[in-house]
Amino acid sequence: MRSQANPRLMLMILSAVFAFLYIPISVLFALSFNEGGLPTAWTGFSVKWYGELFRNKEIIGAALNTLIVAVVSTLLATMLGTLLAIGVEIRRRKGRFLETIIFAPMIIPDIVLAIALLSFFSMLNVTMGLHTVIVSHVVFNLAFVCSVVRARLKTFDWSIVEASADLGASTPITLWRVVIPVMLPAVIAGALLAFTLSVDEFIIAFFTAGAGRDSITLPMQIFAMIRFGVTPEINALATIVMTLSVIALALSQRLNRGGLPGQ
Amino acid sequence: MTDRKSLYLMTPALAWLTGLMVIPCLLILVLAFFRRGIYGGIEYTFTLENIWLVFDPLYAGIFVKSATIAGTSALIAVIVGYAAAYAIAAAPSRRQPMLLFFAVLPFWSNYLVRTYAWIVLLNREGLIASVVHSLGYDGELPRLLYTESAVVVGLVYNYLPFVILACYAPLSRLNPEVIEASRDLGGSGWTTFRRVTLPMTAPGIATGFVFVFVLSIGNFVTPALLGGGQFQMIGNLVYAQFLTANDWPFGAALSMFLIAIMMGLLTLQTFATERASGARKEES
Repeated sequence: MRSQANPRLMLMILSAVFAFLYIPISVLFALSFNEGGLPTAWTGFSVKWYGELFRNKEIIGAALNTLIVAVVSTLLATMLGTLLAIGVEIRRRKGRFLETIIFAPMIIPDIVLAIALLSFFSMLNVTMGLHTVIVSHVVFNLAFVCSVVRARLKTFDWSIVEASADLGASTPITLWRVVIPVMLPAVIAGALLAFTLSVDEFIIAFFTAGAGRDSITLPMQIFAMIRFGVTPEINALATIVMTLSVIALALSQRLNRGGLPGQ
Repeated sequence: MTDRKSLYLMTPALAWLTGLMVIPCLLILVLAFFRRGIYGGIEYTFTLENIWLVFDPLYAGIFVKSATIAGTSALIAVIVGYAAAYAIAAAPSRRQPMLLFFAVLPFWSNYLVRTYAWIVLLNREGLIASVVHSLGYDGELPRLLYTESAVVVGLVYNYLPFVILACYAPLSRLNPEVIEASRDLGGSGWTTFRRVTLPMTAPGIATGFVFVFVLSIGNFVTPALLGGGQFQMIGNLVYAQFLTANDWPFGAALSMFLIAIMMGLLTLQTFATERASGARKEES
């Protein structure tokens, strides 16, 4: 493979692609520190737009809502997804149906799941709010946690489970004292991924949050702000959101040496 | 015995997925065959009207336009992504994980933010416009934002990392001896690429293409933000039926077609991948 590639051409391709991927994000990042706030001129370094952000009650409220949604849905999804992963992996018969239902939340278009949940909730006369966003986020979050944990379980040495059973431990004790500790890095990695996805998720939240102002999440707030055009506050907000998800992802990657899902 | 224990472990999650994914999606299927009530509610009488309405030239046109935009985006993303994956796979092996990590990193940052970054670049007072004006050009620039091209650029930008990932997997597994064998047998660089490398890495290309197409055709955020207010793709149409036009049965019928297109493509892709891996087994 390496022998036939023209190094200069390869370098050009890589530079061009990385420039395409990173210039837009970097521009945003730089502009958020521009005192004048406009892309037309650099008037000096300033963090005043970040200050504006923290004085904006709507944004702080939306950020708190997002935190609630992400924390609760991550906790639920991590429990359900981990148990599901262990259950699937110790199972001898694995039907295609089972695989499909576990895989589906990751590939189903967001808009379809969003309207399906909206119709479902309103047909059952459920009052929508943060709680409906939370239970909806668990749907795709548990699938992602499950896939991260399953990847780790593939290399799991099941003989230690037998050893634990031989030594007289019941199934729940074996799960709690043997399987879970070995799995912990993957479980945390899955949880971090779920948290990131939940913080960033917009479409499903948009449809299942109901009409009230008090159940607006951060991505919903960002969407509303973007529609009114470019403001320096959005640049600052975007920079914060982006930095946080990258940190969470890097942590998840570090814990889970197997790499990102899909890799 | 193990299977019974496994069932206990799986039950909570499977119940969750059944209650909040399977049933709601089935509900959409059923909803598509009901009539729209006079005041926007749902009248529970069977009808095929919504299904036929999808084929109405107005809506069929939106389907075709969405498919064209999704297809263009997928094609560009695959060409650029394949080239990038090829270059990463050709780099020294100790650098590859890092290059791959940075190629995928943007994919995990917020989708809205990534799309918004293009508004900053493309709008009338945006960065591209200011750079061009500062170079001394005083005339009127063609509109960059709120165009079809802006939507395509946004889609390619958002999904490119996934294509790189999908194409890198088969490229990195490629056996260098096969390439050498082709060169030894007199194949030029281009012939070797076209007749050996490309067919052997086709599954990655297919996966990347289908993924970008499926995510693009149902997208409503990118068209809404980069395409401007009047711009409609199927995603926006579905959105409108549920949140503004209040015609849920028709919205459900539209989504049904969206799911059908998606499932058809995914099946095709699985089939193609299985055939490719089957052919490879026969060869060895």
